[in-house]
Amino acid sequence: MSTMNTSSTKLGNPGLFSKILYYVLLIVGALVSVFPFYWMFVIATNDRGAVFNIPPLLTIGDQFFNNFERVLEKSDFFQALGNSLFVSSMVTISVVFFCTLAGYAFAKYEFPLKNILFVCVIATLFVPTQLSVLPTYIIMAKLHWIDTYRALIVPAMVNAFGIFWMRQYISTSVHSELIEAGRIDGAGHFRVFWNIAIPVITPAMATLGILNFMNVWNDFFWPLVVLKNKEHYTIQIALQQLFSNRDGLDYGMIMSATFTATIPLLIVFLFFSRYFIAGLTSGAIKS
Amino acid sequence: MAEPITVRPSVSVKKPFLTEKRRSNITAYTFIAPFFIIFSIFGLYPIVFTIYLSFFKWDALGPMKYVGLKNYDLIISDPTFWISFSNTLIMGVMGTIPQLIVALFVAIMLNSALTKFKKTFRILYFMPNITSIVAVTLVFSTMFGNNGMINWILNGLGLENVAFNSGWWGVKIAISTMVMWRWTGYNAIIFLSGLQSIPIDLYEAAKIDGANRKQQLMYITLPLLKPFIIFVTLLSTIGALQLFTEPYVFLGQSGTGSTREEGVTMVTYLYSEAFRNGFFGTAAATAVMLLLITIVFSVLNMIISNRLGGDSKGGKA
Repeated sequence: MSTMNTSSTKLGNPGLFSKILYYVLLIVGALVSVFPFYWMFVIATNDRGAVFNIPPLLTIGDQFFNNFERVLEKSDFFQALGNSLFVSSMVTISVVFFCTLAGYAFAKYEFPLKNILFVCVIATLFVPTQLSVLPTYIIMAKLHWIDTYRALIVPAMVNAFGIFWMRQYISTSVHSELIEAGRIDGAGHFRVFWNIAIPVITPAMATLGILNFMNVWNDFFWPLVVLKNKEHYTIQIALQQLFSNRDGLDYGMIMSATFTATIPLLIVFLFFSRYFIAGLTSGAIKS
Repeated sequence: MAEPITVRPSVSVKKPFLTEKRRSNITAYTFIAPFFIIFSIFGLYPIVFTIYLSFFKWDALGPMKYVGLKNYDLIISDPTFWISFSNTLIMGVMGTIPQLIVALFVAIMLNSALTKFKKTFRILYFMPNITSIVAVTLVFSTMFGNNGMINWILNGLGLENVAFNSGWWGVKIAISTMVMWRWTGYNAIIFLSGLQSIPIDLYEAAKIDGANRKQQLMYITLPLLKPFIIFVTLLSTIGALQLFTEPYVFLGQSGTGSTREEGVTMVTYLYSEAFRNGFFGTAAATAVMLLLITIVFSVLNMIISNRLGGDSKGGKA
C-alpha cells in the first residue's frame, strides 16, 4: 500500500488504539443502521405474537409465506408494487432527462437573465412542498386528474434539486473546449449535448436517478392526498391500509409486506451502489 | 460560448435573424423551459393561490367567502396550532442537531483511519435512507412499543419503562430517533464528499507548521467544509419543519391519532385541517405561516453557519 494514500493521512496517522476505537465505533454505527432491516425480517418470518416476545425474539422463523398470504388477502399487493414501479420509473426518466438538459444549459450557456433564473430555481428548494398541496389538489380536480397516475407524474417531472445537482457536476466535468469543437464540426446544440456531454456525466445521472427513484417510491404524502381508488394505490399507501384495520395489528403480516416492498429498492440500490456512491462522492456539490 | 464563425460569403449586407448567439440563447431557453413551465403551473401558481386562499373561508366545494385575517386569527387562537408549532421545533432540534454532529464524525471516520471496507461501510450507512418512511416508522413503532425492545433494554439497565407511544417526551424521542436513523448516514455521505474535495497539501503544510490534529480539524477541515455544512443544515432544517409521515403513521395506528398533541406537527395539523375537517382557508393560513417560519429559520441558519469557523474561504455551496 502506498504511504501517500490520500485519505488516510489527512488527519495524521492515528495510533493503534484510536484505530481500534474507530473500527469499533464504525461497526456499532453500521449495526445500528442495519439492525431495523433484520428486525423487520425477524418479525416477518415469525408468528403473529412474536413482536411482543420478552425477551425480544431475534431468530428468523419459517412463517414468512403464511404471513404474506394474509397480505395478499387484504390488499392488491402486487398491483400496488406495479403501480409504484410504473410511477417511479416514469418520473425518474423524465427528471433525469429534463434536469440534465437544464443543468447543462445553466452550466455551459451564457444567456440573458441566466443568474436570476438560476436563483429562482434554487429559491424553490426552500418552499415547503405542503404549501402548494391545496391549490395543486384543486388544479388536479379541475383537470380531472384526481386518482390518476398523471397527478403523481406530471408535477414531479423536473425539480430544482436535480437541476442544481447536474449543473454542479456538468460545470466541472464537461469541458467547454469539447462542446466548441463539436459545434465547429457542425453538430447541432442538442446533438452536442447528447453525444458529447451525456457520456461524460452518466455517473451523476445515475446518482440523480437513484435518489429520485427512491424519493418517488417512498413518497407518502402526495399519493395519500390524490389517490382514492384501491387499484391505483402506490405501495406506500397500500402498506398504510394494512395497518389501519381495527382488529389488532398483525405485525407478522405487515412486516412481510414492508420487507417485500423494500426488496426492489434494495436490489436497485445494491446493484447500482457503486455508481451511486461514486456519483455522490465525486464531482457533485463542489463549489 | 465562443464567438460564432460566420465567414460565409454573404450576398445580403444584413445579418440573418438567427445569428449563432441567438440560436444558442434559444437553445438554452428551450433546455430550461420544462422546469419553468411545470414550476409555474404546479409551484408558483399554487403558492400565490395559497396566499390568496388564506384570506377566504372555503370547504373546497361551495363558493369562497372573503374573511380577511380571520383564518390567521383562528389558527393563532387554536391551542393545537401552537402545540404543533412547538412540537415541530422540539422534534426538529432533537432530530437534527445530534444527527448532524454524529454525521460529521461518521464522515471524518470514514474518510480518515480506514483504508479497508470503506465502500462497504458507506453502503451500510446509507441503507436506512433507501427504506420508505412508512416502513421505518412501523419497525420503530414495534421497537418503541410499551413492551417493546427499547423498554426491555431500559428495564435491563434498571430503568423505568418509557411511554414512547403516548408520553409527551416519549413520542418525541421515538420520532426523533426515526428521523436520525434515516438521515444520519445520508448526511455523512454528503459531508464525506465535502471532505474529499479538501486538497491534501493543506494538511501537509499544517503538519509541517506543527499543527496537531485538533487544530487541523478546527482550522482546515471545518472552515473548508462550511459550504457543505450550510447545505446540509439548511436541507435538514427544511425537512424538519415539514415533518409529517413519521408522526402520521406512528400515532395514526390506533385510529384518529395524527393530531394527538404529543406528536402533532405543523404539517399534520395542516393536513387534518384541510383533508379531515374541510377547512381549506385555515389550512392555507397554516401553510403560509409554515413558509414564513421556514424563511426565518433558513435565514437564521445561514447567519449561524456563516459565523461558524470564521474563515471566509469556504465560499458558496
